[in-house]
Amino acid sequence: MRARAAAGARGSGATGRDTPWLDGTAGRVMRPYTASGGRTRPAIALDLLSLVSATGVRPSTPLGAEHILALRLCAGAPAVTVAEVAGQLRLPAGVVKVLLSDLMEHGAVMAQAPRFPGGETGSFAADDQTLLRAVLDGLRKRL
Amino acid sequence: MVCASGCDSRPATLPATLKILVAGGFGAGKTTFVGAVSEIDPLCTEELLSGLSEGADPVDGVETKKTTTVALDFGRITLDERHVLYLFGTPGQERFWFLWEELCAGALGAVVLADTRRLADCFPAVDFFERRGIGFVVAVNEFDGAHRYTAEEVRAAVGLGPRVPVVRCDARLTSSGTGALAALVHHLLTTRSAHPAKTSDPGEPP
Repeated sequence: MRARAAAGARGSGATGRDTPWLDGTAGRVMRPYTASGGRTRPAIALDLLSLVSATGVRPSTPLGAEHILALRLCAGAPAVTVAEVAGQLRLPAGVVKVLLSDLMEHGAVMAQAPRFPGGETGSFAADDQTLLRAVLDGLRKRL
Repeated sequence: MVCASGCDSRPATLPATLKILVAGGFGAGKTTFVGAVSEIDPLCTEELLSGLSEGADPVDGVETKKTTTVALDFGRITLDERHVLYLFGTPGQERFWFLWEELCAGALGAVVLADTRRLADCFPAVDFFERRGIGFVVAVNEFDGAHRYTAEEVRAAVGLGPRVPVVRCDARLTSSGTGALAALVHHLLTTRSAHPAKTSDPGEPP
């Protein structure tokens, strides 16, 4: 855990992102699965690149501090990936998937599954060629 | 992964999810690379072994190690309003191959970072992508003080096919990393158009 926390701290601004369960010097001060109530699997399957967004619905029952932080991140942008929520909260993705799944069951968050080009076969259709060209153009513009 | 319930079923006009993997041995510069090209502060996402093994191959014994975590570097590049590129820096060790399986699903391709001082560290990644039929480029991260080998020397040492591009990069520089990504996408475009019906069975994971 310490190595991971240190790696995070090397990134810019990491020290300003201390969370209730992660202390800048002491490292993790709370077991990550405490946030998910010990659960390791979300009720609703989420990909690391599923896009989550807040619906504006307030959960009917009180939720934990981590749920509220996750919901706040979802509300802070039009849509955000599960991986980004996990990175911002500095909690393992597995835990964050449980939190987001809870919020979805409350109707507070909705998720869009990623739509990968070419499916999982590794082959690209003709329209994906257009997609690749657009990506290449976009990257070259940044050079 | 299919979303079971509670998902918003939007029409297919949703922009495609663009994912590129950044692989390579320990210390090859994956974190630096992702951080340099990403528009957001580099994020470290932890994925948990126990959470990933569901529905996959039985991993009896491994399942009990609930605390085993894998650090993933995560970055994002917004190219335009419809094209957002997501980057995952993936751990190179073979014991994390189970994680690559999920990350590879739907990925456009991969950048394999190589450190010429420890070239063998990138072999597992090269093997993995070759076997899965996933397009990749080898980006030689030119560390200060390291000997500069030619692209052909690196190609021969790694045993790459003639079509796999070998590019030089400085993982600390945004432009250099972006150039490596562009080389990958260019490679994908040329190879996919040459083999439009490529649907080879990726076979069993190693």
